[in-house]
Amino acid sequence: MSWGANRASLSEIQSLGSKAWLERQLDPRLPEALPPQVQAQIDAMEISRRSVPDLIEQFRGKRKEAKDDPEKRKALQQELNGLAREAATRSLLRAVYSPRQLESQMTWFWMNHFSVFQGKGPVRALVGDYEERAIRPHALGRFRDLLGAMAHHPAMLAYLDNARNAAGHVNENYARELMELHTLGVEAGYTQQDVQELARILTGVSIGPEGYRFYLRRHDGDDKEFLGRLIHGGGEEEVEQALDLLARQPATARFVSRKLALYFVSDEPGAALVDRLAAVFSASDGDIAAVLRALFDSPEFHASLGEKFKDPVHYVVSALRLAYDGQPMPNTNPPLAWLFRMGEPLYGRQTPDGYPLVRTAWSSAGQLATRFEIARAIAGTAAVTAPGPLEYPRPLGAATQAALAKATTPGERNQLLLSSPEFMSR
Amino acid sequence: MKRRDFLKIGLAAAVSGRLYAAESEPRFLLVFLRGGYDAANVLVPRASDFYYQARPNIAVPKGSLLEIDADWGLHPALADVHALWKKGEVAFVPFAGTDDLSRSHFETQDSIEAGGAKGFSSGFMNRLVTQLKDGKPISFTDQLPLVFRGAAKVANAPLRIAGPGLNARQSALVAQMYQGTTLADNVSEGFQTREEMSAAMADSAQMAAASRNALNPRAFEAQARRVARMMKGGYALGFVDVGGWDTHVAEGGAEGQLATRLQALGAGLAAFAGEMGPAWRDTSVVVLSEFGRTFRENGNRGTDHGHGTVYWVLGGAVRGGVRGERVAVSEKGLFQNRDYPVLNDYRALLGGLFARLYGLSAAQLASVFPGTPPRDLGLV
Repeated sequence: MSWGANRASLSEIQSLGSKAWLERQLDPRLPEALPPQVQAQIDAMEISRRSVPDLIEQFRGKRKEAKDDPEKRKALQQELNGLAREAATRSLLRAVYSPRQLESQMTWFWMNHFSVFQGKGPVRALVGDYEERAIRPHALGRFRDLLGAMAHHPAMLAYLDNARNAAGHVNENYARELMELHTLGVEAGYTQQDVQELARILTGVSIGPEGYRFYLRRHDGDDKEFLGRLIHGGGEEEVEQALDLLARQPATARFVSRKLALYFVSDEPGAALVDRLAAVFSASDGDIAAVLRALFDSPEFHASLGEKFKDPVHYVVSALRLAYDGQPMPNTNPPLAWLFRMGEPLYGRQTPDGYPLVRTAWSSAGQLATRFEIARAIAGTAAVTAPGPLEYPRPLGAATQAALAKATTPGERNQLLLSSPEFMSR
Repeated sequence: MKRRDFLKIGLAAAVSGRLYAAESEPRFLLVFLRGGYDAANVLVPRASDFYYQARPNIAVPKGSLLEIDADWGLHPALADVHALWKKGEVAFVPFAGTDDLSRSHFETQDSIEAGGAKGFSSGFMNRLVTQLKDGKPISFTDQLPLVFRGAAKVANAPLRIAGPGLNARQSALVAQMYQGTTLADNVSEGFQTREEMSAAMADSAQMAAASRNALNPRAFEAQARRVARMMKGGYALGFVDVGGWDTHVAEGGAEGQLATRLQALGAGLAAFAGEMGPAWRDTSVVVLSEFGRTFRENGNRGTDHGHGTVYWVLGGAVRGGVRGERVAVSEKGLFQNRDYPVLNDYRALLGGLFARLYGLSAAQLASVFPGTPPRDLGLV
């Protein structure tokens, strides 16, 4: 349920019991309480001080200024990269240090589900706000709220081109992915006609100087027939109706439940589990915490412990949690670079489907060779702050123990531990 | 290459007697353009007035096209590919693609890679490996793509690697930990391929700086050379993918977004051909994409997800030309009044190519592409 155990989280679980610990994790009132140095690092970031209108104005203004000036263009690029890097750093710091482990993990999960690519347009400047104000506040809340926050955020509207979707200039990109990837799933039985109708409903949903803006004059005001329902031509309320419809379709309950099970339980989650979770999803009107509670209570989850292969983000964060054990990291740039090398950088998925969550995507020969090199790097950088052998909280097999015994230095022993088959599973 | 490495390879080749054999062995590289590249702006139907009507802002002007034949012209950014075309080493198959109609990138990519396997349980390149006695496969990707997943073991190697690999002692210790686990083969294969890749990387410094997010033309060229070095060095079946073709907005015409990508792709393919040297004679490269795009431009000077596309086949033994079933490009000929139709099923097309390259039997081809008989388009 966490990104990976360290001494602090283990002792907390031992004293509370795992059930009470889970309830705390699901409780939105759990204090954030980061180590002071880490909190200070986040507070000092530019993204912590700047608002979306400010960022948009600056992006637009500077882009105009820089149009014919390569020096200014370069400076703007660096600034934008800096903003995205800050967002990624903040995300990584929370994953490693926040006591709100489940929220942090679910924030990553939803950022991946509603994935945006930082390399497109102004996304670099906006992705920090997208994560902080659209996704994270709803990570354990209601799916409909999350969906609405995503659909009204300029980062997503820029990424999937809806900012340019207007009556007479229809762009289907966002409408299609909103159904295929965010809610119903590709096998739900909707048609090309539904995609076109939703695209019309979404005309005018765009970005203004203040951030999200609905332009009524760009909106197609005719009636639409979407998923078998008549949507009366009007304005912004059509969008809310469409999102209500999408959020409450049984196909959405199944699609989202299956993805949660895929992430936490198994590469091939059983139909029984998915059915049960989907039932909770529908009965609770998409209460994400309720679905997660049912998931963590399930026998399937308990049977899966130690089986689910870590994707690179999970791998790196769990290794850092173990290696630093609450002590501040001197430099967050190397871990971000490792994620890049492993093919899973934050905000780096070019396509809107998000990174795959199954083992076959990350356990190929080439991936493993890279992962062992990253293990060496983590053991090497952590050694400065945390010398001495790391303690792994779960039992290690005989082969791993034998290999660890042959290590010639504590650093090499840690490297082997972080390379072991046991450490590859969550 | 260091003298020592050269000796090692030379010695291995002498011992196995493969140096000569390796050069006459057929090699096949699949290049997947992910995102659905806009085929109508690449192999341009220059004789069609409808093309110019349907794309008022993004059509490639007639005067800028590179000569193909009376019906078609090639995008001017593909001068490198055109040079191969003039040597008769490039075939284009328009109206090619799949019967998948989801118009979803992911669904269609998966279904193409699965090639007809039920439940997308394995990929057609993996099944091809199973049918071939010889021919080591490799995927030049960070992850093993569906097309290469399945019963046969296939290695993958990312095209950008940094720093040295683990030393021999540490590799052995790691491999020891995985003995008897389901990952054991992947672990040892990973160490081995990593070593070969290091040897093929004379240009590592240049690559390390290249960003994956922006397709850097020079970087792609360097990657293509690296692919060629690996394939010359004993890998007979390869896969590589190139992203960034989903041009919904501001696609451009003779110049612009798509043109920039095409230039990089063309330069990479030409670099690959050159680096293969004499082995190019026995090499075939197929360039494909999950679908074509809407024939008419959209409201944002771009194009949306469509259906039929154009497949490219390049190689020293390829019979150049425009091949396969065709129809005149007109409004009436559009599929669902929006896209190119698919007249050449990709499984039949590739099956026919594999039959020629490898002399596979009908039964063998049926296991590569279940349910779709091959069709010989005379590509090689």
